[in-house]
Amino acid sequence: MTNPQSNSRQLILDRIAAALGRDTAAAASAAPADYAALPRDYQTATPAQPAQRIQKFLDRLHEYNAECMRVGSESEIAPAIAATLTTRSQSSPTPFWLAVPSGIPPHWLPASFDFPLADPLTLDELNRQPGILTACSVAIAETGSLVLQSAPSQGLRRLTLVPDFHLCVVFESQLVSAVPEAFARLNPDLPTTFISGPSATADIEMTRIKGVHGPRSLHVLLVAD
Amino acid sequence: MKRETQPGQQNQHWNRRDFPEAARQALAAQPAADSPFEHSQTRRNVRHATDVIQAKRNAVTAELHEWQALRRAGAAIRAHTLEHLDHYLLEFEANYTRRGGRVHWASDAAEARRLVLEILAPHAPREVIKVKTMTSEEIGLNACLEDHGIRPIETDLAELIVQLGHDRPSHFVAPALHISRGQVRDLFARAMRQPNLTDSPDDLVAAARGYLRQKFLTTPVAISGANFLLADTGGVCIVESEGNGRMCLTLPDVLISIVGIEKVLPRFQDLEVFLQTLPRSATGERMNPYNSIWSGTPTGDGPREFHVILLDNGRSPILADEESRQTLRCIRCAACLNACPVYHQTGGHAYESVYAGPIGAILTPQLHSMHAAQSLPYASSLCGACYEVCPVEINIPEVLIHLRSQVVQQQQSTLTGSLGLWNLAMQSAAFLMRDSHRLPAAVHLAQRLQSALVSRNGFIEWLPGPLSGWTKTRDLPALPAESFRDWWQRTRSANSPSSPGAHPNPESSTEQRHD
Repeated sequence: MTNPQSNSRQLILDRIAAALGRDTAAAASAAPADYAALPRDYQTATPAQPAQRIQKFLDRLHEYNAECMRVGSESEIAPAIAATLTTRSQSSPTPFWLAVPSGIPPHWLPASFDFPLADPLTLDELNRQPGILTACSVAIAETGSLVLQSAPSQGLRRLTLVPDFHLCVVFESQLVSAVPEAFARLNPDLPTTFISGPSATADIEMTRIKGVHGPRSLHVLLVAD
Repeated sequence: MKRETQPGQQNQHWNRRDFPEAARQALAAQPAADSPFEHSQTRRNVRHATDVIQAKRNAVTAELHEWQALRRAGAAIRAHTLEHLDHYLLEFEANYTRRGGRVHWASDAAEARRLVLEILAPHAPREVIKVKTMTSEEIGLNACLEDHGIRPIETDLAELIVQLGHDRPSHFVAPALHISRGQVRDLFARAMRQPNLTDSPDDLVAAARGYLRQKFLTTPVAISGANFLLADTGGVCIVESEGNGRMCLTLPDVLISIVGIEKVLPRFQDLEVFLQTLPRSATGERMNPYNSIWSGTPTGDGPREFHVILLDNGRSPILADEESRQTLRCIRCAACLNACPVYHQTGGHAYESVYAGPIGAILTPQLHSMHAAQSLPYASSLCGACYEVCPVEINIPEVLIHLRSQVVQQQQSTLTGSLGLWNLAMQSAAFLMRDSHRLPAAVHLAQRLQSALVSRNGFIEWLPGPLSGWTKTRDLPALPAESFRDWWQRTRSANSPSSPGAHPNPESSTEQRHD
């Protein structure tokens, strides 16, 4: 019996080879050599000075309606998170807390609050978490982006999606100027999510509305290191 | 150039009238019976939306001093990929399969639909959630699912609006840009049973969030397209704004992505170009809110089953023509739609094609091996605005002209076409202009014959037979007593090199129009 799938696969590969005027067998051979010669002259930008880089990142976050706090060292993370929790709890009519993925360093977490572990939660339980706290892999000043990859401190991809509030800790050493620098630091083999501001839409009369299905609030804690 | 016809690629979903006829209806003051919305409102909405996106796009591309270098790199990477498309597809397949994904190959729309149904069968879903995908529209998937008792739920806000309005998308980045907030309110109020809903965009978005949240949490299967496939990692990249994409990619048990074979990129690293050019071109943002990049089925993170259906459906033959191959570089940013003066006036429905605007005008007829949508290459003024904004430097005007010549050759190859008035007129014109003696002789003959037709004001107001189409709405200036060639001969022939008078032959000027 012939397998219709392998037939279609071969049919498409044959059509491509025929259209390109080549032998089908050539496709499986070594990587095309001319790839290395492709023009890359967009990479000429020199990275911005740290102060400019940080200012641009803060400006972009502001434009996206994301909140940003800054602290001077890693030891100030816990008090900053405590302050966020207190403010948020006071303004929210329902109880507010932050769930955390397993890899968040314990010394980031202020002792007087509970931080439920997010990894084992079912989807329904996750949907009842008001907020999530994570780290990130890289941040990009030019585009105001946070890049999260699969790592114990950044959690499963759904953790930063289902709860309505996301607090992300970014170290200044993780902040790069532009997109190509970020790609140079990423591990291509890990699931990766770029987050640029709270979820948004402009589908109704081109008016940008913050918060559709993803978190409606995005907070960044920028830590000097 | 001959291209094989492929069965099953016709999409019954879209009618195929000629562009002028469809545009006339799209622009008519009175809507057609099958259109839910009033057209003058639609036109205002399209103009407003394209103006807004275009202005934002211009601002964020101008601020990036390496923009032209990014366009060059993008064009070169895409052109290189197409030249080695089979190689990169096989590399993608090997790496993606190694990470737990399953690749399927669909030679045409019917096979793609059949594959989706086969993948769905063991899960027997009553509903599936969908992320905006052009390939799904291209293969008419929603109608097929409904025929099999499966309800497709569009989760992109604009697609949801279009679906609830039983309408068609009019733009492939903002499919509902022809619909105003008041119209959205009425649709949502009815479909979501919220009679007190206001027309503030905030309330409308909140209503959609509430309506879809349970669907995201409970629907076991999602269907998407993809923006890019990555050969070196077996990666899939999906770019979006609302988070509905991430919901569909991470929460269900099963994910099916239907992706055109041309969407592959050689390396993960190549995204550093396209994740700069795509958002800036598509929505005028420096970066869209969410990009997801992953491969296969990572443990515990996302669907347990992930299927990629590689869709040919008329793409591979386009590679054969070196001039129009560049069509397949397209990354679907829709910047050419927003920049196009024709689209600006007609909106997307006039193209009667899944892919509207300038890129649709070159892609659609080629996907049908030039056997359908032959009027679309003419749906352009060739002004070049589309080429200027294209982030992968597709020379759309060049391809439009190339395709027009193919349409003409096609018409000439049939008996009715070759004996048609248009072809005969063009052939005669070509015959006369090919020879330096024939044209002046023809002009002299016409000068003598026209006298009966020229009225007192010096214009021809009536022409007989099929030529009356011209004079019905405008007058034709009569041929002057002395043609330009005769005047040139008389005043500048070899023995009189000096300049003629200051006023070159006023009789031959056609500028003296009396309207």
